[in-house]
Parts: sequence; structure tokens; C-alpha cells
Amino acid sequence: MADGIRDKVAILGMGCTKFGERWDMGPAELMVESFTECLQDAQIEKKDIQAAWFGTCVEECGVGKSAIPLSLSLRLPKIPVSRVENYCATGTEAFRGAVYAVASGACDIALALGVEKLKDTGYGGLPDLGAGSGPTNWLWFPNVTAPGGFAMLGQAYAHKHGVDAKDLKRALAHISAKSHANGAKNPKAHLRKAVTVEQIMGAPIIAHPLGLFDCCGVSDGSAAAIVTTPEIAKKIKGNDAHLVSVKALQLACSSGEEMGYSKWDGSYFMTTRVASKKAYAEAGIADPRKELSMMEVHDCFSVTELVTMEDLWISKEGAAWKDCIDGVYNIDGEVPCQVDGGLKCFGHPIGASGIRMIYEMYLQLLGRAGERQLKDPQFGLTHNLGGFPFMNVCSISIVGRYDG
Amino acid sequence: MVGITSYGGYIPKLRVDRMMMFQAAAWFAPAVIAVAQGERSLCNWDEDALSMGVEAARDCLAGMDKSALDALYLCSTTLPYADRQNSGIVKTALNLKDAVVTADMTASQKAGTTGLITALDAVAGGQKKNIMVVASDKRESKAMYFYEMWFGDGAAALCVGSENVIAEFKGSYSVSHDFADHYRGAGYKFDYMWEERWAKDEGYTKIIPEAVKGLFAKLGITMDDVDKFAFPCFFTREHKGIAKALGAEGAKLVDNMHNACGETGAAHPFVMLISALEKAKPGDRILVCGFGQGCDALYFQVTDEITKLAPRKGVAGCLADKRKMPNYQKYLKFRELMEVEMGIRAEAGGQSAVSALWRNRKMITGLVGNQCKKCGTPQWPPMDICVNPDCGDMGKKDDYEFSGKSAKVLTWTADMLAVSWEPPCTYGLIDFDGGGRMIVDFTDCEQKDLAVGKEVHMTFRHRWFDKDRGYHGYSWKAVPVKEEKKEGAK
Repeated sequence: MADGIRDKVAILGMGCTKFGERWDMGPAELMVESFTECLQDAQIEKKDIQAAWFGTCVEECGVGKSAIPLSLSLRLPKIPVSRVENYCATGTEAFRGAVYAVASGACDIALALGVEKLKDTGYGGLPDLGAGSGPTNWLWFPNVTAPGGFAMLGQAYAHKHGVDAKDLKRALAHISAKSHANGAKNPKAHLRKAVTVEQIMGAPIIAHPLGLFDCCGVSDGSAAAIVTTPEIAKKIKGNDAHLVSVKALQLACSSGEEMGYSKWDGSYFMTTRVASKKAYAEAGIADPRKELSMMEVHDCFSVTELVTMEDLWISKEGAAWKDCIDGVYNIDGEVPCQVDGGLKCFGHPIGASGIRMIYEMYLQLLGRAGERQLKDPQFGLTHNLGGFPFMNVCSISIVGRYDG
Repeated sequence: MVGITSYGGYIPKLRVDRMMMFQAAAWFAPAVIAVAQGERSLCNWDEDALSMGVEAARDCLAGMDKSALDALYLCSTTLPYADRQNSGIVKTALNLKDAVVTADMTASQKAGTTGLITALDAVAGGQKKNIMVVASDKRESKAMYFYEMWFGDGAAALCVGSENVIAEFKGSYSVSHDFADHYRGAGYKFDYMWEERWAKDEGYTKIIPEAVKGLFAKLGITMDDVDKFAFPCFFTREHKGIAKALGAEGAKLVDNMHNACGETGAAHPFVMLISALEKAKPGDRILVCGFGQGCDALYFQVTDEITKLAPRKGVAGCLADKRKMPNYQKYLKFRELMEVEMGIRAEAGGQSAVSALWRNRKMITGLVGNQCKKCGTPQWPPMDICVNPDCGDMGKKDDYEFSGKSAKVLTWTADMLAVSWEPPCTYGLIDFDGGGRMIVDFTDCEQKDLAVGKEVHMTFRHRWFDKDRGYHGYSWKAVPVKEEKKEGAK
């Protein structure tokens, strides 16, 4: 019987570029920027890396196909490199590949690196795939965009829980206001300006009921992690060094039930509910609201964060909107969420985002988060949601202090 | 007895007030005030002659066994494909059996009546039992001139057969003349029109009477044997004048529908005939003509069967179901008479794989999903393994038609980011009555028409036009059902 990933792998080093409209850099330069920080932090040399996992999603406006863009950019010495893509779970997937490789004993030290160059499309929002969505989908699938796909959560959530449209809008505004306040303190964040609830509520509509400030930044960026066993990490960093280890890594993909079977009500994520329960069991967490010190969740849109608070079993069903207004997820709240600004303000270069979230947890756990530092965090949860509410992949990681 | 066994109509919901059109055009073409009465029908941005034809055919099939159809004729001068049979697309959209004759009849405004005569002759000859004739047109015209006022968009369908005949076919007479009051060269978007006085005096006024008199002589009848006379002629004065000269005045002449929707091209003789049939009583005798490079004249007598016809929307139902076109600029955009900046995002596109379409033709064109034989769950999109998480049966599935099922909105949005001809783009998830769920675009609606639980019906629409390759794509969308005003409600 498998006993999960808990404490089998430690994070040796991490790096993350500034996210944003990086007109100055292409994907290759972004990769070098995150890798340089990561390698220095890991206190190893490039030749010590035995395998790598490369995450990037929208390859057609970024690096193109295969894992070769990573090995080329970093001049890796002909080691195995795998390319992974799983929508917005791509970064976490790359991390999972590297972690599983170390846990299996197949290699001692592995690299996970995610990158996305989104600002070479010529327009705002994520690239429209057109016929690249697949020949059959292209022939029938409706004209869904990311904001529209997630906006549908809002209508269904409000209907199910009897939440007034104004109250929903206000709760969503509180979510974004909190992330803007956090992002303003983060020098690497894409958007660094605090905004008020009133500004957010008055912004132009993108996809009803979501306005401009309900949508995350579309950014360029890269993030990287080097992982190894706790034993090797201690050898490199010293026996007294604080270590961060992986407590859980879970993934859940839709079966098509949400989109094709008349049971799901459209107001939550089936996958997140499943993946989070498994992750808590893997990490040995019984009461997430009490035990989690902090979270970075997939706030591609404010409404995604709202329902995710329930799907992670932290807010009670139908109560997340009140918790958000009450500040439960603020930096000084019960479970600080999006401490680094979240996708909302740190930005969302898809392939890098999952690793960027782990980066913030890592900094916090090592006491290196500067102005944003939380007091004595033990566990941090990261969450990605790729695709649409009606058809998606959810990834969850839990990292924490290594006490072994 | 051979004759018409069923009818169906489709006039798009959009109507353009002609006085609004005149006001926008008056600085340039003040003379158009002469025809600026009433309103014209207009295709939504996602409709064309083919999609309207499908809707008219669906209306015509109400209460009918579609497996009885032996042939389908599509008559139009504005079909999307020059070489790819358009009626074959209609056949697939209707999910008709494969063993059926399909044919496109085109290149004349009388294509509809000619198709009808051909169908009636085939049934009379005994080689075919039931034929559907669909006529549809979306005629283009340049901005700020008479023709954009005269033309309307619309479609109509007639089934002919020898059982349950609602209007018995008594005979027809046709004349053919290469009279080009207007013409449109292959590959041209707009008609070229000759002087209207000549078209009226040498064309309508001479050729229509020639066919009518020929029919009267052939059948040994006079205008006294006609209760309703239907023929298209958007010159309203000449329309009345021609009828009067033939002895048809007052209520005997069926309105040319200029005020209601405008002239719907090859569909118009059918649209006028159906508007007469909708008010007809058993025994009524109807004379209908189609005009265009000659004239077809057909004579029918309504039977008792008309009282047993299943309910349908028909032409009258369509005319009552309207959406107002708010301004002339939007009309210009919908007709692509004004180039609008759609943004770089709109450039996303690409080829449409006809091999994938062929493989999935029932699904994509016919909206046919499938149904699990074990648990009965209908599923969209059709897939091999049952979507019901408690079933998951991997056995073969039955076809399941969703096109006629009503559905309710589970959730929705109105999206300003999505590229759209009519932002915000509306779409959502719908649950079909009887099971099955679909992520779907909405059309013929605004944000205010949408709500969780709202009832929707499915409609066949033009999905997109690939300008680089000349490909027209079609798919199904959902239309919110207009709520009937409750009696006594304020």
C-alpha cells in the first residue's frame, strides 16, 4: 500500500522572476533568470542536476513544442528533460515530476522549471486557440473565454445559496482588494497597487458578474525549484538548516461528469473537493482551517477563489462569501490567503504559476518573506485549477517544515 | 389526391424599422422614403439562407414522420456553397435517413415554385411518396437604396405527398423567359438591377399575366374560381394593378408583405402561400405564382385535412416573434456593409477539418448525442463510455436527438472578452428535459433574457465563415423562450 509523498522530498532551492509584462525578455531569458536564483539558493552546481521537468502551457505563443527549449536555454548537459502541460496545473505538474523522480530513488537531485511568455499575442487576456482547440471541438464548442467560463460559477453560486447579486459582487471585491493589498508589498508582483472595494465594484464588466479587477493579470514569468532527499539536503545545507519538505501532492481531473451529466450544480469544483481531501490525508492534516498556516490558491478570477475556499473544506458550504467579507483570508486573518498577491496581482504566467505559489510558501516557511512574513508558519497549501469549472484539472500541494 | 401535406415558416426575429433606415439614409437617398413603410426582416449575424431553411423545415416537420420523406429540395439564390450540396447539409441537420434524394435548385427568384412543381410532378408520377421543398433567401443589397428596403430575409417549407393532403394540387403552368430585371454574376455579392420602370412594364406586368392566363386556359377556370391570389411583387402599386387587371381585387389578393417583412426572395411565394393557408378554410382555392426569368403559376384547393394539422409556428407565428434592430449602424455591421475593428483576438481561427465533420456529422450538424442502453442516460457530446458516474457502461449506445428537446439554463454568463458580432457574447450550461447537458452559445437574446432555470430551445445557426478557405460552419445554439404574458397580469 502506497504511503504517499510526505517528507520523502525536500526543496533544496527555489527561484522566481519578477512577473509582469516582460517586454524585455523572451522565454529563454526568463528561464535563465529563475534558474540562476534557484541554483544559487540550492548551493549546488548545474552538473549536479540529474533530471528536469519543464512546464509550459501555451507553447504556440511561447517556446514551441518539446522539452528542448529548457535544455537549450539552460545549456543542460544532455540529461533527461520532460515537458509537461496540464492547463493551469502545468507548473505543479513539473514540480510533481521532479519530486516523484527523487522519491522513487531514480535520481538524487531534480529540477522543475515553469515558464510562460503570454505577452507576445498582441492583445489582452489569454490567447484564443482557434482551431488549435482540436478539430472536433472547433466544429461545435461554444465561444467560451476564461473569464466567461469562470463567471458562470457566480450565477450558479448565487442561485444555489440565495446570495443577492450585490452581496456576491461585494464579496468578490473583498477578495481582490485583499490580494491587491498583499501584492503591493511584493517587489516581484506584476500589479503593485492597492485598490478599494468601491473601485473594484465600479470597474467595467469583463464577463458578467466579473469586472476588470475580478480577473488576474496575464503575465510573463518563470519559476523554478530544485528538489532532493532530506538527507542530501542536510548534507548540502548543514544539519541545523531549516528545511522545507513536500507533505502532499495531489491531482484530480474531470471525468466529463460536470459538463455532461445533470447532477453537478455549476457552483463548485468537483475535482478540488476530491483532491483536497486526499492531500489532507497525505499530509496528515485533520482540520485544515486550524492547521494550515497559509495558502496560495488559484484565483484566476475572484469567484474561483471564493468557491475554492469551500472546496478546500475551510469555509462552510455557502459561507465563503461571508468569510471573505469578514477578512478570514486577509494577511492578518485566520487563514492568510494569496499572501504574495496571488494570481490576481503576482500575475499568472501559466506554466510558472504552480511553482511560484510553492516559492511563496517556501520563503514564508524559511522566514524570508520580508514585509509579508507571517509569524511562524508550519504548513502551506497551494492550489491550481486548470480548464473551466465544467471541465478541469485541479492540483494541490502541501509543503511544510521538515522536522525529521 | 396529390398536394401539400404540411407547411413551415421561418422569418428571423430581427426587424428593421424602415423609417429608421430612411432617417439614416435620407441625406444621401431621400427618394427611399417612398418605400419606407413598416419593417423588414433581417437575419441575425449567425443566420443565412441555409440555417433559415433548416428552421423552416423543422417547423414543417411538426407532427410528421420525417422518415417518410423520399426527397428534399432546397431552393434559393443565396446558398453558402457553390460546390458542396447545400440540401445535403439541411438533410444532415434534420437527421433525415440517408436513403433520400437531395437537390439544390437555384439561380432564379422562381426557384421555389419550380421546385414545388417538380416535387408535385414526382409524387403524381408515383415514383416518390413524400417530398419536402424548402425555399430560403438572404439577399444582399448595397446600403442606402431601395433594394435594402424591399428585401427581407426568410424561409418557408412545404411537404407534398398523396396522403393527408391539406391543399390539393389542381395544376400548374409555367413560362420561361430570359428576362433579367436583375442579375448576379457568379462570385458577385450584389445584384445588378436594370431600370425599375422597365422591370415593371416589360416584366411583372406582362409575364405574370401570361402564366396566369395560360393556367386558366389549361384548367378551364377564371379568376372567379380563385379565392386567394398570391404572387410576389415589391412594387406595391404594380402588385395591385396586375391583380386588378387579372380580376383579383380587395381581399382576394394576398398582401405582398412589404410592411410585415419585405420580400424574401425565392421563399416569398411560399411565405405568401403559407400566410394564405394559415387563414384558409376547407374549400378555399389558392393561386400562387413565382416570378423570375419567367413565371410559374400553381392552383390549389384547401381540404378538410387542414383543420387537423399539428400546431406550428408558421409564418404568422414568426411575424409575431420580433426583436427590434436598434440602429442602422448595427444593421450595416450585420450585413458586412461596414468594416468594424474586431481586434487581433478575432484573427484566431484556422482550417475546419471536413474529415472530423464527416466522422461527427450527426453530432455536429444534426445535434445527435447518444443514450446509454444500460442506465438510459442521454449524453452530449456523444461518447463511448457512459457519463453517469454510477454506470460507466462501455457498451454500444443508441443515437439520441437533442434538437427537439427543450432545456433549462443551469448557469450562464455575458462575456465582453469573447469575440462577438453582438457583444456581450452569451453562453452557458443547459440541462435538457429528459436528461443530457450541454455547454452552448445562446442567440437571439440579450443578457436580460437569461437567468438560471430559464427555458431554452435549440436552433440551427451559421457558426462562422472562414474567409481564407470559403468554409461555412454550422452548429446548434440555444434561444431563450419568450415568456407568454399571463392573462390579467399587469
